[in-house]
Amino acid sequence: MFRRHPRAPGLVAVPELYERLREAIGDERPVALATVIEGHNAGAKLVVEPDGDITGTLGHPELDRIVSRDAVGELAAGRTGVRHYGAEGQARETDVSVFIESFSPPPIMLVFGAVDFTAALARAGKLLGFNVIVADARSVFATVKRFPMADRVMVAWPDEVFDAYGDRLGPHDAVCILTHDPKFDVPAVQRAVATDVGYIGVMGSRRTHATRLERLHEVGVDQKGIDRLMAPIGLDIGSRTPEETAVSVCAEIIANRAGHAAPSLRDSEGPIHRPPADG
Amino acid sequence: MKEILADLDAWRAEGRRVALARVVNVEGSGPRDPGAAMAVSDNGDVVGSVSGGCVEGAVVVEALDILESGERRMVSFGYSDDEAFAVGLTCGGTVHLFIEPLDW
Repeated sequence: MFRRHPRAPGLVAVPELYERLREAIGDERPVALATVIEGHNAGAKLVVEPDGDITGTLGHPELDRIVSRDAVGELAAGRTGVRHYGAEGQARETDVSVFIESFSPPPIMLVFGAVDFTAALARAGKLLGFNVIVADARSVFATVKRFPMADRVMVAWPDEVFDAYGDRLGPHDAVCILTHDPKFDVPAVQRAVATDVGYIGVMGSRRTHATRLERLHEVGVDQKGIDRLMAPIGLDIGSRTPEETAVSVCAEIIANRAGHAAPSLRDSEGPIHRPPADG
Repeated sequence: MKEILADLDAWRAEGRRVALARVVNVEGSGPRDPGAAMAVSDNGDVVGSVSGGCVEGAVVVEALDILESGERRMVSFGYSDDEAFAVGLTCGGTVHLFIEPLDW
């Protein structure tokens, strides 16, 4: 059995803390864990849910109230770090250091098009911790058998997929449109730019993209929307195989999210596939 | 900590005593961000990591000591050349860990 070590006097251990945390993470619900790491009651904990609901105590109701309020904010921003308080939650005091750890549900990667690049991208997306959803309207191609690594395979048109996931997309999520078929990728782009998704990559040659841009203008996608598209998709690292392309797409997603400069194909000119340089 | 939860569940189910070490703060260059976690069971099994492999050995020693004493504490590891630290990060940063028994 678990041997319990006494904590500071007056503080009762709350055995359901770990279970509460575990349950929320298992259900892919956002949750924060606040732990006193320095000061009175080191080790005391508070499990905080986005609605402000708390389990446990840091030892003082006022401290609990202030920390849970801060934890809700940190959780919304996806931040993890140490904050300092007075013993009763006072700001600008440092009696107590509290480590607030945010647990966010895994980010979403929507992949449109059950093509040969899709399996590699879905694998790479899983490697990065994405909840990967593969969608294609063609039931022959969109099968679990072809994409066993995906968390979900949908036989669906883009509208259906965005009806299901659009509201949940935010800065850490990604939409990758690999169909290069206008009847599929135009509606997918239309719906993607209407969300807050952080990354929208669209596959296809520069010529395909030029034609696509005309169609997007026709259906009313404005310049702000167009500017969000990473097309052609991926970094300009000379990738050729589906696996190499998947790496270039995932690297572009990371660079985008981090706001770091990396050589995107969108910002270069000339053929995507060039012969290797001599030497 | 997410990536070690399944292991923690298993250890708890077996009734093992466990120490949990979490990165709470990193100064300068560090390999893992706050939230990175590793855990050590009472028979010395280890899951997770808190650096690029630089300080894990020392964390196991601290963790077993904390399991023994039951006293949770902050432990910091800095640059290897600093005489104040026997082990440290080769990348030059300082990592602050909170290590405690998983008794909650």
